[in-house]
Amino acid sequence: MIRSMTRLSLLAATASVLVPFYAIVAASLQPQDNLSPGLAWPSDPQWHNYVDAWSTGGFADLMRSSLIIALGVVPLALVLATLAGYGLAMMRLAVRGPIFALLMLGLALPYESIVIPLYYDLKSIGLLNTYWAVILPLIGAFMPFGVFWMRSHFESLPPELTEAAEMDGATSRQILRQVLLPTARPALTTLGLLYFMWAWNQFLLALILIQDPAMRTAPSGLGKFIQAYGRNIPLLSAGTIIVIVPVVILYLFFQRHFVKGILSGAIK
Amino acid sequence: MADSLANRVAVRDRTVVAPATPVRARRSRARLVPLLYTAPALLFYAAFVIAPWLHSLWISFWDWNGIGVATWAGLDNYREILADPALRLSLVHAFGLILFYSVIPICFGLVLAALVANVPWKGMPFVRTVIFLPQILPLVAVGSVWKLFFDDDGPFNALLRAVGLSDLTRAWLGDFTWAYPAVGVVGTWVSTGLCFLLLYSGIGKIDPALYEAARLDGAGAIHEFWHVTVPGLRREMSVAATVTVIAALASFDVVYVMTAGGPGESTLVPGVAIYRLTFTAGQVGTACALAVVLSLLTCAVMFALNRLTREKT
Repeated sequence: MIRSMTRLSLLAATASVLVPFYAIVAASLQPQDNLSPGLAWPSDPQWHNYVDAWSTGGFADLMRSSLIIALGVVPLALVLATLAGYGLAMMRLAVRGPIFALLMLGLALPYESIVIPLYYDLKSIGLLNTYWAVILPLIGAFMPFGVFWMRSHFESLPPELTEAAEMDGATSRQILRQVLLPTARPALTTLGLLYFMWAWNQFLLALILIQDPAMRTAPSGLGKFIQAYGRNIPLLSAGTIIVIVPVVILYLFFQRHFVKGILSGAIK
Repeated sequence: MADSLANRVAVRDRTVVAPATPVRARRSRARLVPLLYTAPALLFYAAFVIAPWLHSLWISFWDWNGIGVATWAGLDNYREILADPALRLSLVHAFGLILFYSVIPICFGLVLAALVANVPWKGMPFVRTVIFLPQILPLVAVGSVWKLFFDDDGPFNALLRAVGLSDLTRAWLGDFTWAYPAVGVVGTWVSTGLCFLLLYSGIGKIDPALYEAARLDGAGAIHEFWHVTVPGLRREMSVAATVTVIAALASFDVVYVMTAGGPGESTLVPGVAIYRLTFTAGQVGTACALAVVLSLLTCAVMFALNRLTREKT
């Protein structure tokens, strides 16, 4: 009895996540002149809607831009977060506390509170409307999470690991490269995937700091697409699915990393 | 644990000292090495987060339309936020979203986690995959899905008609009363899976002896829930609350796509208000003041949550 009740409640929770998706997929396959798609599966699925959405929404360019921005952010952000995580883990200066507090603030700061000055600052140095306008601020904004993430990885290692190297008089750089980095691969993979997903999904910064629609991230492009084709529900649904699919595929492949990263990242 | 690595490095500094350099100078240099490792990250963070925030604070004291000459305004922009009903409302809406983003998901997650915790099931990995999905989707796409879902001719109204509730159908997102809860529900949809999984993994860490003791005292399931499970999850609940409250106060994507703050100002949130003030109203000073107020409120709430849980544990 209890057993079936728990299963039922879990299934209900699962269904509530899936129903909107089902509705949107069904809607995306309706004929484009159908203004009230409802819930029924279309009798004659219009796969062509996806081709139309792809070309009218310019999603080829948008995906490429999203990819450029994500790939621009991830490597540099990983290197900086690793170095700083290691630095914080071995730091015993009095500034450690203030640095911590400053980074903590960054975890709570909404993008809304920095994007307007960024717009004018980047404009004045000529970086507005370039991929850098989103890449550079994202690296900065990603630092608090990544630094804390890498720091807690380095501090979770057993002391014996570095002691031998220290006895031999290895420098901190040698210890980091030869002893610590080989242990960090899973932590770095998780962090890299999260960075990639957050950069790919970025909306507000791309919307404001890049004015050329083709250079925006896929979600920002979707935002504009929705405004432009408000009444064409099948086309909009198809566009939405197009933007969702790449992230979902990535998620299904690396599910463990995403779940672990977001859950334990939140706890730290 | 936090200082173990630091101590180890310190030990090395004391034992391996090159005879050529004075002990003190070498030690102080070694102490600064960690700072050098931290510097590049801090530099990026300072340049692209801290500096813009301070710039925002500075602009908030000026009357500026974004192009022309700015005139000193002192605290006028802040007074305007308090005086302007729409801007005040946007802050009220942001805090109201906490109900949808944090309170309801944590309650759902808590009950679900407690129900499921002791009943192993083969289907769990699948459930976990699906239930976590909203966390990784672009929020714009989530907003788009729900905008279509709540459309006048959309699936939600079709669903209502199918079960004989056609009297209730309406243009949900165009309705002054219902647009706000409709936008809020999306927050619940996004946060519930996260809260559930956080609390579910937390239950696994509660000492089973506590449950046994409660059972020996003849406690029922409800008593167990309130006296063992809930206190044992205080840390996880505070984490869930912190993460979701930040998301609630910073909500922009979903609202921008679903209603853009409308109809009227009935779903206006600070993020959308900042966007409007800057790019359509040309009141950049006021926009920045609102940004400052929003970030201070967010930090204050985070600090309060932190204090609240630290006192009790």
